[in-house]
Amino acid sequence: MATTDSAADAVLPEDGAAGTDGIRFDGVVKRFGDNVVLRELDFSVAAGERVTLIGPSGSGKTTILRLLMTLEKVDDGVIWVDGRSLSHMRRGDRLVPADEKYLRRVRSDIGMVFQQFNLFPNMSVLRNVTEAPVHVLGLSKDEAVERARELLELVGLSDKADAHPGALSGGQQQRVAIARALAMRPKILLQDEVTSALDPELVAGVLDVLRDIANETDITMLCVTHEMGFARDVSNRVLMFDQGQIVEEGTPEKIFSEPENQRTQDFLHAVLDQH
Amino acid sequence: MIWDWHFAGSILPDLLRGLVVTVEATLLGYAVALGLGLVWAILRRSPSRIVGQVVRWVVEFIRSTPLLVQLFFLFFALPATGLTLSALVTGVLGLGLHYSAYTSEVYRAGIADVPVGQWEAATALNLPRRRVWAGVVLPQAVRKVIPTLANYLIAMFKDSPLLLAITVPEMLHSAYAVGAKSLRFLEPMTIVGVLFVIVSVLSSFLLRRLEFRYGNN
Repeated sequence: MATTDSAADAVLPEDGAAGTDGIRFDGVVKRFGDNVVLRELDFSVAAGERVTLIGPSGSGKTTILRLLMTLEKVDDGVIWVDGRSLSHMRRGDRLVPADEKYLRRVRSDIGMVFQQFNLFPNMSVLRNVTEAPVHVLGLSKDEAVERARELLELVGLSDKADAHPGALSGGQQQRVAIARALAMRPKILLQDEVTSALDPELVAGVLDVLRDIANETDITMLCVTHEMGFARDVSNRVLMFDQGQIVEEGTPEKIFSEPENQRTQDFLHAVLDQH
Repeated sequence: MIWDWHFAGSILPDLLRGLVVTVEATLLGYAVALGLGLVWAILRRSPSRIVGQVVRWVVEFIRSTPLLVQLFFLFFALPATGLTLSALVTGVLGLGLHYSAYTSEVYRAGIADVPVGQWEAATALNLPRRRVWAGVVLPQAVRKVIPTLANYLIAMFKDSPLLLAITVPEMLHSAYAVGAKSLRFLEPMTIVGVLFVIVSVLSSFLLRRLEFRYGNN
């Protein structure tokens, strides 16, 4: 476990105190070997906000989502989610490294959709969506099935409930994965390049589903995407990353129409040329 | 020595009774090997590094000592600690323990083959660890290694005559007893060989069907 001096020094917000809702990165450092992926990163996302992370590959965007999902651990600094640290828990008046029980509690508000869908191939579509509600939230099977059927309808796959993931197209699998994440009623939904693995003709269907969710819920969204049209439509704010730091941020109008930073301009040119 | 059909026919029932014991011991031992091997494989993935390492060395130790030595140990040394088991139970445990070292490696390969994305999706859904194993990882891991696991059933069957050494009345034991009494070994040993071939060939045939069903998915 990495020592986190800044965690020990950090002022602990009271649990659930006003002004601590949402996500806050406090001097977060993440390294893989000698490679520093995030260097002293500070930023926050308010509850209900939709934020898109853009930037060249290797700039640390995906790592941010993986840290929030507790799939990776910070090397230094603290990530706060609704006033609770993702890496440390309070024991008495000291901060100690989080244990699994604590992590399970903080994770329960966060859902994630992956680039490679990661559906469970040994389960039907319906069971993919009911598995966690039954075994984590303790819903009865009937309640979970009802919730799952509503969500499958939302993503337009009511008729695929009994199919296995292997029988679905990539776009359909990704829509099931979205339903699966939403079945846990997360406050925060992380989207990690959710359309990057899809054939071009399947991208729109997935993005439409996410647009609907953005319009109809107040769920906090963090999206890593190269779909700039989608980013413009749904986000309140765009963060441009390069080499583990935010080089520019602003409304989608500002970032996409009149970016100030040279690296943002270069990146947007490169991405838009591809399309 | 000339082959005596009449004698062969007269000893066949004895040998078949032995075969039943052989098959029993193999199947029961196999059940132990499948269960225990799975326990080893899961413990090796324990979040505790100490548990993982200890299990690793236990499995390595079991694999590096001969089955016959293990059988003798269980049969002669265990009673000294106050635990006396029948020859058959000792044989079943010995076979099962020995082969659990091999099946655990097979499971381990199957588990390692499950994409890391499956673990991550399970974490993102906050599934409890037991559920991740039982619902997500093992169903995928085991399915892939069923043909390899089945191979060890045949290997075990062919190792079962070693149980003779600890007086389990299996087939070779019966054949030896018959031979010792009549001083004719040609017929009993030939029949034992033929029965082994028949069972092995039948099992291989079933195994190929298993491979066909689970192998290329």
